[in-house]
Formats: sequence, structure tokens, C-alpha cells
Amino acid sequence: MEIVSEKTFDYFIKGEKNKWEVIIGLEVHAQVLSKSKLFSSSSTKFGAEPNTQVSLVDSAFPGMLPVINQFCIEQSVKTGLGLKAKINLYSVFDRKNYFYADLPQGYQISQYKYPIVGEGEVTLDMPYGTKKIGIERLHLEQDAGKSIHDLDPENSLIDLNRSGVALMEIVSKPDLRSPNEVNVYVKKLRSIMRYLGTCDGNMQEGSLRADVNVSVRKVGEKQFGTRCEIKNVNSIKFMQMAIEHEAKRQVELLENNKRIDQETRLFDTKNNTTRSMRSKEDAHDYRYFPDPDLLPLRLEQSLINKLKKQLPELPDEKKERFIKEYNLSAYEANILVSEKEISDYYEEVVKKSDKKLALNWLTGDLFAVLNKKNLSISQSPISANNLSLLINMIVSGKISGRIAKEVFELMQENNENPEKIVETKGLLQQSDPKKLEKIIINVISNNKDKVEQYKSGKEKLFGFFVGQVMKLSEGKANPQLVNEILKNKLKSNV
Amino acid sequence: MSIDQKTVKYISKLARISINEKKAKNLAKDLTNIFKFIEKLNKLDTKNIEPLTSIAETKLHLREDNIKDGNIRDQILKNSPEKNKEYFVVPKVIE
Amino acid sequence: MSEIIKLTLNELVAGIKKKKFSSHEVTKDFVNRCIKSKKLNSFITDNFDNALKISKKFEIKSNQNKQLPGIPFAVKDLFCTKGIKTTAGSKILNNFIPTYESTVTQNIWNEGAILLGKLNCDEFAMGSSNETSFFGNVENPVGKKLVPGGSSGGSASALAANLTPATIGTDTGGSIRQPASFTGTVGLKPTYGRCSRWGIVAFASSLDQAGPMTKTVEDCALLLQAISGYDPNDSTSIDIRVDNFSSNLTEKVKGLTIGIPKEYRVENMPVEIDKLWKKGMDFLKDAGVIIKDISLPHTKYALPAYYIVAPAEASSNLARYDGVKYGHRSEGKNLIEMYENTRSEGFGDEVKRRILIGTYVLSSGYYDAYYLKAQKVRQLIKQDFDNSFNSVDAILTPSTPNSSFKMGEKKGDPVSMYLNDIFTVPVNLAGLPAISVPSGYDKKKLPLGLQLIGKPFDEQTILNLSLALQKRINFKRNVNNWWK
Repeated sequence: MEIVSEKTFDYFIKGEKNKWEVIIGLEVHAQVLSKSKLFSSSSTKFGAEPNTQVSLVDSAFPGMLPVINQFCIEQSVKTGLGLKAKINLYSVFDRKNYFYADLPQGYQISQYKYPIVGEGEVTLDMPYGTKKIGIERLHLEQDAGKSIHDLDPENSLIDLNRSGVALMEIVSKPDLRSPNEVNVYVKKLRSIMRYLGTCDGNMQEGSLRADVNVSVRKVGEKQFGTRCEIKNVNSIKFMQMAIEHEAKRQVELLENNKRIDQETRLFDTKNNTTRSMRSKEDAHDYRYFPDPDLLPLRLEQSLINKLKKQLPELPDEKKERFIKEYNLSAYEANILVSEKEISDYYEEVVKKSDKKLALNWLTGDLFAVLNKKNLSISQSPISANNLSLLINMIVSGKISGRIAKEVFELMQENNENPEKIVETKGLLQQSDPKKLEKIIINVISNNKDKVEQYKSGKEKLFGFFVGQVMKLSEGKANPQLVNEILKNKLKSNV
Repeated sequence: MSIDQKTVKYISKLARISINEKKAKNLAKDLTNIFKFIEKLNKLDTKNIEPLTSIAETKLHLREDNIKDGNIRDQILKNSPEKNKEYFVVPKVIE
Repeated sequence: MSEIIKLTLNELVAGIKKKKFSSHEVTKDFVNRCIKSKKLNSFITDNFDNALKISKKFEIKSNQNKQLPGIPFAVKDLFCTKGIKTTAGSKILNNFIPTYESTVTQNIWNEGAILLGKLNCDEFAMGSSNETSFFGNVENPVGKKLVPGGSSGGSASALAANLTPATIGTDTGGSIRQPASFTGTVGLKPTYGRCSRWGIVAFASSLDQAGPMTKTVEDCALLLQAISGYDPNDSTSIDIRVDNFSSNLTEKVKGLTIGIPKEYRVENMPVEIDKLWKKGMDFLKDAGVIIKDISLPHTKYALPAYYIVAPAEASSNLARYDGVKYGHRSEGKNLIEMYENTRSEGFGDEVKRRILIGTYVLSSGYYDAYYLKAQKVRQLIKQDFDNSFNSVDAILTPSTPNSSFKMGEKKGDPVSMYLNDIFTVPVNLAGLPAISVPSGYDKKKLPLGLQLIGKPFDEQTILNLSLALQKRINFKRNVNNWWK
């Protein structure tokens, strides 16, 4: 029996004459998390004063030579393992020769023929099913410095702090077919690297950027069309917009029998279009050759094995485990494992408290707070331990769900122990039936007219009575008991 | 193989060296002669030979990930043709 | 003329240590001679005042354990010297003052030596006659308007004229050995990886090596010891023990075998060179050495391969000279124009030629046919040597196919200039150590050298053999001070 998934893939460009498929390949540049740069000992910290994290090697002074950072090698191997890829024990560093003001050597040390990591794959959870995206390769290379064009009308200013920072270039196969797939793919890559601790994936700080290759072909055609490369897109939103715009541009050209020039384009964030890069009159001839200042890199299989053993549980495995262990749906598990810190937080909470409540409070209330205050889970104003204490008080009936929300608000200020808050503020749930009865009787006797109306059919007024009870009990009345007792009292007609 | 002026101009562009017509002509001649000399290699069959990847027979030295450099901005900018306390300054790039 | 300036390095070191004379006296004599020898144009930058000051304060008491205590010492202007202008013989670095010191020169200063000045050289070490320097030609002290060889022409000239007791140069295709041959001095290129390349203006990274240039073999051993050593800042530097080349130096070479490669007997080789070669063999036989014929079949492909590999690496190494961070900068409406004008004005013709060759052989469509092929040829050349070293301990050849020539004689023809390096280049391609020892004069009364090539890291053996030769040849350098 064929299983039909809920949705089917439906991203196509409908031209005037034909239906077109969009083929996308991504080259993601991920900055390696390391203290120092790939070939020099300068710091890689973001946000430093211009040119203060620059050594003589980084600024390419005469006679300077590269010395490779062992940790960066390990980080790229770990990333390769996270991509289920082949690790190449033999790899070579090549020079990629071109001129640009932020490239002090006049070449970038990269890898061309023999990259450190070979083929791998990334699994995406799409609404229409799981999709595997092929990874072509991953290689190590130097990042360039930064050119600032808008501080001086006649000149550009160059900051080499970023020059020489280690980058992992992850090249996908042209398996992506929509802006949304790109969205999920980039997020997944980011998540894997954050789990591994090999890249912080901070797109605002430039730790993660991508070159997007886009081409189109008529649905049903087998051959790929001419592709254009959109360079240096630094947010997922822009990637999606750029793809959509570029695909439409290409479709229009092709439907009007015009050719597509294979070229490099830039995404203009101001008017959301792609345009040709003016400086690329001739295609770059990078004249790759092995860097004679370095030797080929030969890794021992024992190192690979050691790193493999040290790998943390990755998102896909964690998701499977969460589904089983915590009885979660795939959707719920996905949310939790998207960030290792979130899944860690969740597991910390459920160590001592209810799985379902933990899920709701975390992904509902806590996420809302974090979003509002623009914080990450590691900056959460409420600790996992305290959240579990709060949940336990709900479960044990010490406080109502409603009071819990109040306590939660208070906990945000300085992560105070909820038990303390409840004690200090006297928020314990009122569950003494006798005391509740007293209040209910009070409410009924003060609202005789509404009672009449209720008895004659206006059942909605029940909520009013509950509200009054809550008011008089300062919100502490146990809602289930209130419901029970109030119902009885109203029926029996005090 | 003969190197013509058009090729000389193309390579000069790649190498970011400006040359005038006269220079291009002379260089075409010089380079053609040099390449005639270099092309003696074509007589040699090297089909099954591995290229020499490194002369120094040793393992690539791996450095520990520690911050031991940087914070020498004055030194870095000292020889800069355009004086600026924080940046290197270059004529604008047209993108 | 002062007698001090005629002394060898070893004699000067001994004299200073025994307090026969002071560092200041020695430095003063050399400085005075330098000042009177400006015609040779061996120096680009002098450090005379500083040197005199430092030498005055120099105390031998606390420096007895140093190898070069208080010795005034000039170096090729390819070594970055802290606070002292370093030009690489080029306009593009005409105003460059490094804030750092090269490892090799630091080693020299650590041994107590004092910087006398920076010596002229072919621009970016590209040349065989010191005629491509932005700072003008260098004269060979051996005779007027004769080239000293290159690229370490200023070094060889200053050494031969007794302007510096010893010096260091760099050798990429013969730039130490060829000028040594042309000036009647000793020049050694160590095994690739023996000395650090950190802080040396790079020409061709897989070929460059710093090396000693001295008046005698004994001096050469001493200086080699001082400059050698592993440097973790240079990834191509080899972590191998530095032997005491000096104290291990001996002329007892009996029983060693020397190979004579038939392919070095080139077409139209001057008779005198062949004669000199034979004389060298006789001298070594006299010392108990066994002479054996060997074959290095791929020798004739070495020079073409070199003129692919070296320019290719140079084209990339010289890309950093763009006017952005240091050095000369020309005007330009935009960045590209600035680059093109800077590099056009800043580089001389030979450098430009080689950059263009290098750019071309690496370019798309040509990489396999040229660069890759040349690297394969390199493998073959190395194999030739490796095979020979199974049956010989060292190889003897002439250093150069001719003696010095008149300035301007070969300038119009790059290829004929390149042919100067025919005997020296294979050594760089294979990364081996080699030394040129002054061995005689040709008909024109110009000096010629013999070259000994050794096994990797076996500088000791070629030094020992050179000592045996030196003792028997008894070469006399005729320095008649015509330039003063």
C-alpha cells in the first residue's frame, strides 16, 4: 500500500509558457570556532578594534610564512563526521590567486584538488517527507579581511582582523529545489555545527555565509541549465529572496528565447534584486597550485577514530531518541533538537518533572520570553532547575496553573526559586474545600440576581462566578475544586 | 608556442601590471623566446611520474590553538603608504 | 691597507677573543674601506654609524662563548632587518623598513655579530649578474665593468673586495654559488629546509635557501653552523640536528667516492673549464678520493623546468606587492588602476618578465602542460641524484659554464642569461646542499669555481671535500683595489 504524505513538493516557477523547476546548490562558508586563525596565532574574536587582531603573517609582510592550526584541522574533521562524510587522510593546501584589497597576500590559501573532507549528506525534514541533500566536499580555507566603502567618499578602508580566520567551505550537490529547502538546509547545517562546537553559526556576525548557485529547467527536462552564482548572502531570508528573484529572472529570459550568461551576481538588499558584478569582466583565473610554503596534510586514521568517539549526540540521533524516550511527536522533537542548548535545557527540566508540561512551558512560555527579550536559551532568565520546580508545584497542586503563570513572570527578574516566591507572596493554592465553600457561598449570596439568571438558562454566567471566586481568593483558589463546589452549590440552591 | 601581444595583455591584466603597446610588443618577443626554451620539456615523457609535492621530507608542523600574536596595530600600519591610525586606505573599488 | 680586512672570519674571531684587536678596531677598518669603495656599488644601505657605536660598546669578556663576537657583518638586502631599510633590490620596496628581523640574521646577531649594511642584489633575487637591481649594477672587484654574478652580486663583490669579512646570500637557482665562482670566493647553498626562510623576501618558496658566502671553507663551516637550525615559524624548515660543522671539519676524505656526471660536459663547454674540472678530480684523487663516472640523465631538462617552477611561485609570492600595505604606491583612479600602475612602476623588466611567465604557466589550460609537467621533471631530477648517491658520496662539477662577463653583454637576451645557471639549478630542484670553491683562473684571468653537491643534510662531507680541494688548489685572489 502506498503511503501518501500530507503534502507534496510544489515549488515551481510558472512562466508564461512553461512550468519551471529551480535547481539550487549552496557553498556555505562557516567560520571555524577556534581561538586563533588558521595559519597565524592572532585572535579570531568578533568585534575587536580594526587591525588589532592582525599579525605580520595576516598582513602578508615580506618573508612571512603560514603555520597551520592543529585545532582547525580537528574542527573540520569533526564537521565532516557530522555530515556523515568521507575524511580524506591526504589533503593539500593550494593557493587561489586573485587581487583584492582585503586579500593581503594576493592569494587565498584554500584547498582545490584534494580537500580534507569528501562526499557526505544532510537529512532535511520537509512537510512532504525526509529529503537527503548530498554534500560534495568540505575544505579549509582562509577568510579575507573587510573592506569598508562608506566611511570615506573617495577611499575604501581595509580592516584585516578577519583576514586569515579559518573557514570551512561546505559545498552541496545541486539537490536543493526551493527557497524553503535552502532555509531548512542552512538551519540544519548550522545546528549540526553548533552541536559539534565547530562553528557558532552566527549569521549577523558573519560566521556563516553562503554563495548560492541557481539555475532553472523545464519540468521533465534532465539537463541542468546555465547557472548563476549569487555571492556572499549573509542571511537566510536574503537567500530565499535572492533565489526567488533569480529564478524568475532566468525563466523570463529563457521564455523570451534569450540566453543566460554564466556569471556572478550580487544580491542587492535595498531593492531585493540580483545584479551582475561589474568588476567581473573576465572570469577569474585563479591559477590554483599547491602552496609551496606548506606540505601536504597527512592525517592518521587513529585521529579520525578518536574524534569520532568524542562526537556528541547529533540532531538526527537526538531527535529519534527524544521521540522514543519522551513520547514526543516528530514535530515536537524537531523543535527541541534544533539547538543543542534547547534539548539540553529540556532534558535538565524533565530529569525531575513532567515531560508534557516541560515541553509546553519551554516551547510556549519560555520561548515567548526569550523572543521578546531577544535572548538565547543559554541566556535564559530562568534556570532549568527552577522551571522544573515550578512544574512540580503545579503537578502537586501547590499552585494553580494560573498562579504558576504569575510566578513565572516573577521568576524572570532574577531567576528566583519559585518555591520561595510562592512562600513569600503567599501564593499557595487554596485547596481547602471548607474555605472555598465559604468564598463561594459569599459570591452566590452577593449575586443573587445573576444566580437567578444562571438557573433560568444563562449557563455562560458560570464563568462570572468563577471569576468572582478567583478575585476574592486573589487567584489562589484551586480551579477544579471551585468548579466542583460551585456547581454543587448552584444546583442545590443555598 | 608563440606568445602574441593579445596574450601578453591578458596575462598582464591577470598579474595587475599595466603595459603599453611598445612594452607588449617586446614582451611578446621575449616571452616567445623563453617559451621556446621551456618547451624542451615536451620531449620528455612524464606520463607515469608523480609530481614532486614537497622537497622537504617531513610532516607538516601543527601549531597549537593559542593566541600569541596580533595587537601590534602600530607596527602593521607603520609602512602604510596612506597614513591612517586604524585602517589601510585604498582608492575606491567599483563593485 | 689595513691587515685586519684581509683576515679570514676565523682569524678575526680568534683575534677578538684573544684581545689582539677589538671589535671597534675591526669595524672601523671595514667601515673605512667600505666608504672608499662606493664605486663597487655593493651596498644599498649602510649601517656604518650604528655599527661603529655598537662595536665601541662591545665587550669580549661576556661574549667569549659566541661564534661571531663583535664581527661587523653585511648581509644581502633580501633579509628583513629590523629598523633597517630592506629593499630586495627593488623600487617597490624602496622605502620599506621592517619591524621584524629574519630568523637567519637574528641567529647571526645572537652570535655577537654587528650589522654593517645591506648588500645589493638582483631585484627580488631574479638575475645572474646583478644588473637588474633598481639601485644600479654592482662591480666585480676582479675587474672593471665585470659582473659579479647574481643574484647575490653585492654580497660576492663586497666579500671579494674585503668590505665584509663574510656574508650571507640566498640561492634559488645558483644565486650564491654562481657569484662565488665569478668572484673567486666560497659560497654554499645548504639543503632545503636546513635554514629558516622566515623573514627572507620570498622569490620561489620551494627553491630559496639562505647560505654562507666566505673567503675560506673554514669560514663557511663556521657561518653555516651559526645560521642553521629548525624554525617552527617556517613550515618547510626541517627539525634536524645542527652538527658542529666547524669542529668536525677535516681534510681527511680518503675513501670517499665522488661522482662525475657526464651530462655536465655540455656542448661548447670552454676547454679551460673542462681542464679545471679534471684538475679538481686529480686533487681529490691525491687526497685519497675515488672518482667514478655517473649519469644524471635528466640534467638537460633542469633549466627549462626551473624556468617554469621558479617564475610560477614568484608570480604568486610577488602578488603581495600591491601598494596597499607597504612599499611604493602609484596613483590610480580606482583600486585596479592603482595596482596596475604601482606594479608597473615598482617592478623592473626582468621581474615583470618572470611574473608574466609564472602567471601564464599557472593559468587555465596551461597548468598541466607546464607547471605540473615541470614538477614531474623535478621528481625525475631528484631521482637521478638519489640513484647516484647510492654509489657516490658527493658529486663534482664546474660551478658555471663560463667566467664573469662584461656588463651589458647578456642583457638583451634573457635566455643566454639563464644559461649561466645550467650547473647550479638542478641542485635547487632536488633540494640538495652544494658548495662552490674557487679553483682557478681562465684565459682572461677571471676566477672559476668547482661545485661539490652532497647528499641531503650532508653539508659536512662537501665541506670536508672542499677543504681538501682548497688546501691543494691554493687559490689566490688578486684584489688590486682599482675602485678606490
